[in-house]
Amino acid sequence: MTNSPPLQDHSILETARRQVLEQGTGLAREQLLDVLRLPDEALPALLDLAHQVRLRHCGEDVEVEGIISIKTGGCPEDCHFCSQSGLFDSPVRGVWLDIPELVKAAKETAATGATEFCIVAAVRGPDIKLMNQVRFAIDRIKKEVDINIACSLGMLTRRQVDQLAGWGVHRYNHNLETARSFFPQVVTTHTYEERLETCTMVKDAGMELCCGALIGMGETLEQRAELAAQLAALDPHEVPLNFLNPRPGTPLQDQPLMNGKDALRAIAAFRLAMPGTVLRYAGGRELTLGDLGTREGLLGGINAVIVGNYLTTLGRPAAADLNLLVDLNMPIKELQKTL
Amino acid sequence: MSSPDLLPPAETPYCELCGLPLQAHSLQGVAPTEEEYDGGDAPPSYHHARCAVLLQLEPPRFCASCGRRLKVQVSPLGWWATCSRHGLHAS
Repeated sequence: MTNSPPLQDHSILETARRQVLEQGTGLAREQLLDVLRLPDEALPALLDLAHQVRLRHCGEDVEVEGIISIKTGGCPEDCHFCSQSGLFDSPVRGVWLDIPELVKAAKETAATGATEFCIVAAVRGPDIKLMNQVRFAIDRIKKEVDINIACSLGMLTRRQVDQLAGWGVHRYNHNLETARSFFPQVVTTHTYEERLETCTMVKDAGMELCCGALIGMGETLEQRAELAAQLAALDPHEVPLNFLNPRPGTPLQDQPLMNGKDALRAIAAFRLAMPGTVLRYAGGRELTLGDLGTREGLLGGINAVIVGNYLTTLGRPAAADLNLLVDLNMPIKELQKTL
Repeated sequence: MSSPDLLPPAETPYCELCGLPLQAHSLQGVAPTEEEYDGGDAPPSYHHARCAVLLQLEPPRFCASCGRRLKVQVSPLGWWATCSRHGLHAS
C-alpha cells in the first residue's frame, strides 16, 4: 500500500501495528474490544492497518469458494438465526439434492476459479444415510472436478471425523457462531462445548478447520471481542464471517440489520485477532455492507469470498465479485497453492 | 384474508416471497386503494413492493400461480424450485 492514511492518535492502532503487523501476534480480547470501540473517524486507518496485516501475513491472493446444501431444512436444532430449523415456522421446506446436480454445481463452481466446494447439510450430525450420500458425492466430484472438497455436516463422532479425512475431505466447517457467553441465548439444543469438541477432533485428524462467526445477533461489543478471541484460541485455518440476515419465522426475524461501520470494525478486529487466518466473507454481507462496504471489507482484512449464492439465500452475482477482485488487483488463489 | 369476498380469483398471482396474493381484490375485481385498505397497517402494494426488493436476494418460496410453498434448492450459480401442482421453476 502506498499513500496509506496516517494512523490517528488512537493507541490501540499503534499497539496493533507493532504487535500484529510487525510481530504477527494477534490482539487479545481486551485489545479487540478497544478496536471495536474505535470511533468512525478512525475506521479508515483501522481498515488500512487490517489490510496491511492481511497482505503481510496472508499474501495478496483471495480464496474463492462455493457452498451448496445437500440436505436442506428439517434440522432438529434450534439455532435462532437459522431458517432451516424444523422447530420454527420458516418458509424453507425440506429437500435433498441428488448427486448429479451436486456434481454439476461443483463443476460450475470450479469454472468461476473457485478452489473450494463445501457440501453442507442441515443436521445435528450425520447419520449413516447422509454419510453414504456424502461419500458417494465426494467420490464422484473427485473423479470429475478439479476442486478441493469441504464438508459441513454438523457435530461429528470421532469415527465420522476419521472417515471424512480418509475420503479426502480437505476442510471441515463447524462454526462457533457466537461468544460462549451469548451462545445459550442463541442455541439451546446443544452446547458450545459440543461444538468445540467437533472442532478439536477435526484438527486432530489433520483436516483444515473452518470455524466461523455470525455477528449482529444482539451480542454486545464485549461478546464480539470475546468471540474473536475464542476463535483465535482455536486457531482455525479459516473463519467465515457472517452478518445476520434476519430470516422470516425464526426467533431473530425482527433483529435489526447490523450497522455497516460496526461490521467493518468487526472485520478489522477479526483480522487483528487472527493475522494469518483465511477470513472469508460469508452470508449477510450484501444486506449489511452493500457494494461499497463489500469493497471496503476486501481492503480491510478479508481475503476470501463465497462466490454466488448461499445455502438458502442468494448472493451477489459471481461475476460482480470476480470483477471486483480484478478491479482491486487481487488475484484468485490457485488450486495448487491450496494443496 | 378471512372474508370470502376478499378471496382472490383463481388466476390472481401470488407473491413468490410471502405467499400472499399480489393484490387483494374485491368481488368486482378492483384492487383497493391505499385509503380503502383496512387489512393492516400498510396496503398490499406496499408489502409486495418490499417483497420484490427482497426477492433480489431470495429465491422464490411460494408458487406464483397457486401460492403453495415450494421445495427450493439453491446452488452457487442458480436455484430451482418445485411446486407440487405447477412443477419446476428455475433461475
